Amino acid sequence: MAGQTETFTTGGGRAADLTAENYRFLQEHLYKASGIILEPDRNHLLEVRLLPLLREQKLVSLNDLCALLRATRDPVVSRHVVEAMTTNETLFFRDAHPFQALKNELLPALVELHKDTRKLSFWSAACATGQEAYSLSILLLEMGLADWNVQILGTDLNQQVVEKARAARYSQLEVNRGLPAQYLVKYFTRQGQDWELKPEVKRFTRFETFDLRSSMAHLGPFDFVFCRNVLIYFDVPTKRQILEGIRGTLFRGGHLLLGSAETTIHLDNQFRPRSIGSSVFYQAP
Amino acid sequence: MAKALVVDDSKTIRNVLERTLREMGYEVRQAEDGRRALEVLESEAGEFTLALVDWNMPVMNGLEFIQAVRSDRRWAGLPLMMVTTETQIEQMRTALEAGANDYVMKPFTDDIIRDKLKLLEIWR
Ligand SMILES: C[S@@+](CC[C@H](N)C(=O)[O-])C[C@H]1O[C@@H](n2cnc3c(N)ncnc32)[C@H](O)[C@@H]1O
Repeated sequence: MAGQTETFTTGGGRAADLTAENYRFLQEHLYKASGIILEPDRNHLLEVRLLPLLREQKLVSLNDLCALLRATRDPVVSRHVVEAMTTNETLFFRDAHPFQALKNELLPALVELHKDTRKLSFWSAACATGQEAYSLSILLLEMGLADWNVQILGTDLNQQVVEKARAARYSQLEVNRGLPAQYLVKYFTRQGQDWELKPEVKRFTRFETFDLRSSMAHLGPFDFVFCRNVLIYFDVPTKRQILEGIRGTLFRGGHLLLGSAETTIHLDNQFRPRSIGSSVFYQAP
Repeated sequence: MAKALVVDDSKTIRNVLERTLREMGYEVRQAEDGRRALEVLESEAGEFTLALVDWNMPVMNGLEFIQAVRSDRRWAGLPLMMVTTETQIEQMRTALEAGANDYVMKPFTDDIIRDKLKLLEIWR
């Protein structure tokens, strides 16, 4: 979840106990189920992330967890291991610059392009808890598009974050991050200690679980796809496959936005990088 | 160089904010209430590029400070960000209508301040 810390320690013991064989077993499990590469020697990360699951399952060590997975192949425990190992950090209007470019250039161009059908479709791939999709929804409302047929699909491998995205309910800490207060007062209502998005913002969005490594044939076509801060976890063949898949979901000339540390260069030479403001977008042929 | 004014009656909060702002490359001045803050603005007129302002302070509170700043042509364009324990929507709306550009609820983290300021710089 956003804001989680990984500075927790248990005073040694458990991580050190994990056998090399079980470390490899967990690496493989994670890779098979998500494509995420777990580097060697990340015992501490495994420990911190999986400790709540150990407690919940009344297990003493990560070795016990491996034994359980091997013996039962329990799909729920399996899934929870993978979900615990995903990094779901996100925030409203993350990196600011791309949203500025969307607001000033890309969205006005799309509005012009679709002024007859008044239909726009977007995909927030690896949406985590939904802040990216809702930031876009707010931008579109600010542009006066409330009566357009707008569809923003948010997907993530992690079922728990997808449920949270659907709930559209955020803590004070989460709305404090990146969200201008003018939008907070305009588009949220207070629910106890939390803040919930108004129906008008939710109306454009839909959230589903989806593994980016599976077929995208049934998705799209989209005008614009966000796929930020997830390719970094994958190996080169997986990155290539996902970029090619996304290319197939875009309208001709549609744009892809990656995370600030990610690129299509040397991975997919059909996307054309375009600098707009201080951000780079990748345009499909 | 960008120069920021931090207005809060708690020295601890002022120092925390000052450290974050310095890391971002700001030169920082501090004031412990709205009246003092106006004096600092007066004495270094036109030079500030940002003010972070608490709400509840003795002598002159943050809302009164913002109203005073916004009614003075010299500081009409000064970006103001409220940093406060007040978390009701109505209070937030009041501060924004008085002329605050953004609003951070306490407790905050360095990241929150950094992300908000980045947005404020870009979107203004
Ligand atoms: C760091 S978050 C990025 C959130 C958002 N896109 C952003 O940039 O703020 C990465 C997300 O990728 C998801 N993820 C990891 N592997 C995935 C896969 N194979 N398919 C779909 N989503 C995946 C994780 O569950 C996590 O929520």
